[in-house]
Amino acid sequence: MTSQGVWRAMLGFYLLLFFGFLFGPLIVMGITAFNTPNYPQAYPFEAFTIHWFSDLLGDSELMEGLQNSLIIGAGVVALTVPVGLAGAIVMTQVYWRARGLYYLIVVSPVLTPGVILGISTVIFWKDVTRVTDAKFLYDGFFLAIVGQSTFISAYCMLVFLARLQRFDRAQEEAALDLGATQPQVFRHILLPFLRPAVFSSAVLAFLSSFENYNTTTFAILADKTLVTVLAGRVRQGTTPEISALAVLIIAVTLAGAIAYEALRRREAAREATALAQARVEDGGEPGPALAAAT
Amino acid sequence: MGQRRASPCPRAGSPVIESLVKGLLFAVPFVIVAVFWILAARERRAAADPSAKSFLERNGGVMAAFLIVAVGFWAIVMIVLPQLYMVDFSFHPKLPAKDYGGPEDHYTLASYRYFIYGSTEETDSYNIVHLRAFVLTIGASIGVTFFSFWFCYPLAYFMAQSAGPARLRMLMLLLILPFWVNEILRAFAMRIMLGTSGLINNLLVGLGVLAEPIDFLGLDIGMYTGLAYAYLLLMMFPLYNAIESLDRNQIEAARDLGAPWWHIHLNVVMPFAKPGIASGCTMVFMLSAGALAAPQILGGPNSLWFTPIVYDRFYQAFNWPQGSAYALILLLTCIVFVMAVMRVFKVNLGEITR
Amino acid sequence: MSADVELDHVWIRFGPFVAVRDATLRIENGEFFSFLGPSGCGKTTILRTISGFLEPSQGTVRIGGQDMRGIGANRRPTALIFQNLALFPLMTVAENIAYGLRVRGVPRAEQRRKVDELLGLTALRDQGTKRIAELSGGQKQRVAIARALAVEPKVLLLDEPLSALDLKLRQHMRNELRAIQQRVGITFIYITHDQGEALTMSDRIAVMNAGMIEQVGDGQTVFDEPTTAFVASFVGENNPFQGKVVAAHDGRVTVDTPVGRLGGRNPRGLKLGDDAILFVRPDALRLGPGAGGDTLSAVVLNVAFEGTMSHVFLKGPTRKDIIITVGRGESQRLPEQGETASIHYGAAAGLALPAGRLASD
Repeated sequence: MTSQGVWRAMLGFYLLLFFGFLFGPLIVMGITAFNTPNYPQAYPFEAFTIHWFSDLLGDSELMEGLQNSLIIGAGVVALTVPVGLAGAIVMTQVYWRARGLYYLIVVSPVLTPGVILGISTVIFWKDVTRVTDAKFLYDGFFLAIVGQSTFISAYCMLVFLARLQRFDRAQEEAALDLGATQPQVFRHILLPFLRPAVFSSAVLAFLSSFENYNTTTFAILADKTLVTVLAGRVRQGTTPEISALAVLIIAVTLAGAIAYEALRRREAAREATALAQARVEDGGEPGPALAAAT
Repeated sequence: MGQRRASPCPRAGSPVIESLVKGLLFAVPFVIVAVFWILAARERRAAADPSAKSFLERNGGVMAAFLIVAVGFWAIVMIVLPQLYMVDFSFHPKLPAKDYGGPEDHYTLASYRYFIYGSTEETDSYNIVHLRAFVLTIGASIGVTFFSFWFCYPLAYFMAQSAGPARLRMLMLLLILPFWVNEILRAFAMRIMLGTSGLINNLLVGLGVLAEPIDFLGLDIGMYTGLAYAYLLLMMFPLYNAIESLDRNQIEAARDLGAPWWHIHLNVVMPFAKPGIASGCTMVFMLSAGALAAPQILGGPNSLWFTPIVYDRFYQAFNWPQGSAYALILLLTCIVFVMAVMRVFKVNLGEITR
Repeated sequence: MSADVELDHVWIRFGPFVAVRDATLRIENGEFFSFLGPSGCGKTTILRTISGFLEPSQGTVRIGGQDMRGIGANRRPTALIFQNLALFPLMTVAENIAYGLRVRGVPRAEQRRKVDELLGLTALRDQGTKRIAELSGGQKQRVAIARALAVEPKVLLLDEPLSALDLKLRQHMRNELRAIQQRVGITFIYITHDQGEALTMSDRIAVMNAGMIEQVGDGQTVFDEPTTAFVASFVGENNPFQGKVVAAHDGRVTVDTPVGRLGGRNPRGLKLGDDAILFVRPDALRLGPGAGGDTLSAVVLNVAFEGTMSHVFLKGPTRKDIIITVGRGESQRLPEQGETASIHYGAAAGLALPAGRLASD
């Protein structure tokens, strides 16, 4: 009884510590966004203000970084989703002796430190530019997109692979049997089946691109993304403006997560009622075809 | 030994060798693909399996072309070739951009020599600063990994084995939320907490506990805390997933047999959760060792983490070959670590990346 | 054009494994033809070969007289109903049925007309807009049939489509399938391991074992006049007695078995000294010493009363028990467990076949 009480107290203390560690800094940062001092300060709290938020909108460097981040994010999505899809399909078909090597190669970027991906991308394309004289290839946007896509494509592939594992190959054959060509099978059967994965991999790809620092900081060259601007600011010194930005980002994320969760639940509920309805009808109706035939 | 090789004797014919090696590097991936392709075709014919279809037959022309182009571009142009070129580049001297491929360009170990001896020519003294940073980075990353594991394990276990569904969903949500906040911002939040005029110091001084604020950042405490803070969840989820699939009856059985709680964890839960532990440890180690943001933002003025050094080789010293060499050293260390984890935990790559 | 399906010395190999060996048969236009055999006997392989997912390693498949080599599944006049049905879960019922027409570029109005007709035929009239997940097992079955019929195949191939249903629905669907076949009048080729399905629905049955077609015939022939030991033991319950032929004349043989010398018909022309198996159906065996028939005796192991009939299990010569089915009308006293009972059978009931693998091995 008492020993159980001790355990429970310890558990409670541990949970408090854990989530305190997780959320404490974020909450404190949130508070500093509304405090007046020029330095992010939570205690003592001097006076409530929202002028750090309005400063944010006027900060052209941040806004430009945000714009660049969005462009790069869109580019990464456009590149990684098809590549990840192709990677997953090839994984299911690749010659069995080559499968291990193939997996090792395409998954290795996930485990490679991001800085190395950035460095190797820059070096390679610089050389390509030198040899081919195609100057447009040595461009911060292009390099950032390609560098990030190296590992983000692997994320997308893993998402597609997880979905593909649940695909019933008989459906492909059924479509073929009904007269469809291979491209039709792909368009009508496989792609619709993968659509949820297309969506989630696109979201994953965009977010991974948006918040990437290690690869981008090398590959972006002279340009800037929101995250590299932020990193520069934070290194030089700190202002509550950054806290304000963090608050905004957290708010947007939170809203998105809640909307997504609500959508998912509604879908689940709809499916459950449909299924229950089908069960009721499974009594085996009289065979009208039989009646028609005799 | 290194000194002798640094002597400029191979300089004469080097542009030829240089382009030869480059061409070879470029050809290697294509040759490997071709070899496998031929092998597959031959094996299909030899097997006489009437249902076996070639890649082209299976996908149709358009799809096959898409798959080959997309995967070829990714695997070869985006992954393999840049890595090979980086390796190649690290064996070149530092030159102005226009001189690469010119007569001054030749293979050299200068960058590696610099890492060890602090000079591209001399071998008299060691490059204490960089070597120390390297060792410290690896050691501290292992430390951060250990801390993350022990800090996460109880919660992962609690969530997987004793939390009810409602509480579980709540905990999950609470765990995921901070993960959506950018790495830089989380490091920034940590800095607000731990700075000399940060919250903790302000509180402690304000309450009279301390007379002088403690320089957490200067002591690198901020950096270690920030690293653990940044990658905690990458330990949490693999652990949770692994423990979650453990049959609760096994634990009950062990308890019935009178095993003490620590014994159950050490001999029942942890061996079962091995793939999750391996996965979590690998991720946290890799990300810590390759971390750039947390050391830049939270590192004290005297702390030298290895990744920022690599960064500085590039964008302050503008010595790209040296940066490449350093990056390669980091990469090799990471590969060794992953292989060691795979060996120790007897898991394969698929289980680590899930 | 007729839609006879011909297999001409078809061999199918997967590496060293031979899935189908030397299959030759001809399925007539409009026939309900079943391939019956245990799992792994090669029947699904044959079906996939006819539908075009496999090419024979050797031999020829002809449909309507035309060699099908090199013609893919999507260009053959066949439609396949898959074991798991393989309905498209993301399409509605109507979209599923219309799919074959859609990929053929049939105009929408025509598609709609055809779908309505098929929904009527398969009793799904108001279900067209439903999703597949919303259907019951029997309804899914019908959608699969309608989808396959929509492309107006010459041959409908069915790969154990009833195996996922419960017993009652399965029996109901048998009748329905047969009725649909008679209505549309095309060739049905049906794969099953369930002899009840094969016997009730088929015009003719091919019994397969280990890649070989053992016998082809209508249900009654296969049941009453099996030509191999496998068919005799696989189709319907049978009691085998193994031994050597000790006498053979006038279309009859005597086989020396561990339970005594037993006589039977000799359709395969067994000769003196041949290894043979003598089969007697459980319902042809009678309790008590026979007058003029063949008699044997064995220890009663168990008596099971099952309402309209009873089963008596006796210790057989091998590990397999001898089974006797006793109808309710037959007045004999049922024996007690442990007693030694005499049993006999009529002269026509014994059937001697060359020794070979039994289905229960």
